[in-house]
Amino acid sequence: MTVTATVEPLVKARNVHKAFGDVEVLKGIDMDVAPGEVVVILGPSGSGKSTFLRCINHLESIDQGSIMVDGEQIGYELRKERLVKLGGYAIARQRRKIGMVFQQFNLYPHMTALQNVIEAPIGVHGESRQAATDNAMKLLDRVGLASKVHNYPRQLSGGQQQRVAIARALAIRPKLMLFDEPTSALDPELVGEVLSTMRDLADQGLTMIVVTHEIGFAREAADRVVFMDGGNIVEQGPPEQVIGNPQHARTRAFLSRFI
Amino acid sequence: MSALRDGTASPSGAADRTDLRDVAKAHRPFPLGRLILWAVAILIAADFVWIVAGNENFGWPVVAKYFFDPTVLQGLTVTLGLTVVAMTIGIVLGLLLAIARLSQDGLANTVAGLFIWFFRGTPLLVQLIFWYNLSTLFPELSITIPFGPKLVGWDTNSVISPMTAAIVGLALNEAAYMAEIIRGGLLSVDKGQAETAEAFGMTRVRALWRVIIPQAMRSIVPPTGNQLISMIKATSLVSVIAMADLLYSVQSIYNRTFEVVPMLLVAVIWYLLITSVLNVGQSYIERYYSRGDRRSAPRAARDAATEAPATEAPMGPSPTNVPQEAAR
Ligand SMILES: Nc1ncnc2c1ncn2[C@@H]1O[C@H](COP(=O)(O)OP(=O)(O)OP(=O)(O)O)[C@@H](O)[C@H]1O
Ligand SMILES: [Mg+2]
Repeated sequence: MTVTATVEPLVKARNVHKAFGDVEVLKGIDMDVAPGEVVVILGPSGSGKSTFLRCINHLESIDQGSIMVDGEQIGYELRKERLVKLGGYAIARQRRKIGMVFQQFNLYPHMTALQNVIEAPIGVHGESRQAATDNAMKLLDRVGLASKVHNYPRQLSGGQQQRVAIARALAIRPKLMLFDEPTSALDPELVGEVLSTMRDLADQGLTMIVVTHEIGFAREAADRVVFMDGGNIVEQGPPEQVIGNPQHARTRAFLSRFI
Repeated sequence: MSALRDGTASPSGAADRTDLRDVAKAHRPFPLGRLILWAVAILIAADFVWIVAGNENFGWPVVAKYFFDPTVLQGLTVTLGLTVVAMTIGIVLGLLLAIARLSQDGLANTVAGLFIWFFRGTPLLVQLIFWYNLSTLFPELSITIPFGPKLVGWDTNSVISPMTAAIVGLALNEAAYMAEIIRGGLLSVDKGQAETAEAFGMTRVRALWRVIIPQAMRSIVPPTGNQLISMIKATSLVSVIAMADLLYSVQSIYNRTFEVVPMLLVAVIWYLLITSVLNVGQSYIERYYSRGDRRSAPRAARDAATEAPATEAPMGPSPTNVPQEAAR
């Protein structure tokens, strides 16, 4: 998929700054993500990848700049030409179209796989239990867990838990999916099953921003690879360019560790 | 063992077949020591029961006679009613206080902190007497705009009966303790859970109700059971403000009949019966809230876990030719 000027970006981040105390973690990030695009963010530890992802659904507030998702400014609202901070309920409403998958899965341990998946559709999106359950069964089947719907998270392997977490995020029919190192907490032999699930989603045209250290996934599934270092975007472009022929010394140094 | 002693342990040696026996066929040694301990313990217990039951001073016929006496049963009702009402209010108020204590809001935080500080820091007996005698301090209760005009008012004595004084006193004291128990429980839940609920667009209240509190219950229930049992006994303090609870009612009987020990035994047995029922209830509640544990796996889940992994591979390319291989 190529980004054309005529398509309005689904995500529009401009000059995003974020500091924790005195430490500036994001130093002016600009990023557009077109509908259906798969963006993989690479970068060394501490470069601000997770922080940027969390800013997109306002789990962190930003200090400067703006982030628009699907035409709405995240965390703020224009009232009579003045930008006003949104309250908790309005922010919750904005998050409804953004799905998120976490490094540590973060499944609700007191709910079965099925209950995990139907929780937000019923409680946040007002779907009927029947409709939510039907959809959840389809999604769990799609991630290969039809036989595990009544298991609790602790009775599942890491890879299975992460696939439930992906089904849970898909259940809210998100316009945008955020993945923060979805395979980093997994044993090497379980990484494959999660990545292949994610590649299916990419093939089906879901808009995804993926933070990962899986260079192979970036090479095969990404439309665009973004390399971040020290709170800045150092380099970006199609995978064959950024991974295959990196221009920047820091990108080369980072990638050399994976070859 | 013998192989080790000989220093000739060889993994493929013929000795293995004789030394390594399948544990499935293992025999249990006869638990002689344990059986003797049990026998001694049962003997001592039986002897103790015999001595107590045979002791005339305990007045068992009197115990039996008064066990279902209407006065006693009425006192029992008061004790149970007070416990349930005060505990319920205490838990609800304690939850609100705990949430206030954990909130970012400075005002809510301070108010809750002061409440807990005061009601935990003063004796319950004093608090009860204070509520009972509220009318001497404030002859009239009214809702007013601070420093402004009065909206409605009531005569304090018409509002604060011994019953309301007892409920308010016990409930507010309980709330202060429950607040700390619930706060500890809420803090014990992984931060990632609240964040996940938030990321999925849940409001704070919904996240608390559906995600945080059910997980916090595991550490809230056991100390709450303690509190409930303490509360049952704490209700006996209300006899000082002329509430006829269980203890007060047996006292009123032995003041007439002078059968102090048998009447106290009536109360003791009732207290023990109530706490036994509560213990059973508590263990059911604890089991319910530990349902996500691996230990308490449902039968179906355990069966499913033994299935061949091939049946649950994700669709799409098989995991063997996944891109990560290229990166390694
Ligand atoms: N809540 C926080 N408070 C203070 N500092 C924080 C906080 N969250 C992140 N940081 C700091 O911000 C920097 C960027 O963190 P971030 O998690 O975004 O990095 P990352 O690129 O995701 O790294 P990794 O690959 O290790 O996950 C780090 O130096 C981290 O210590
Ligand atoms: Mg990170």
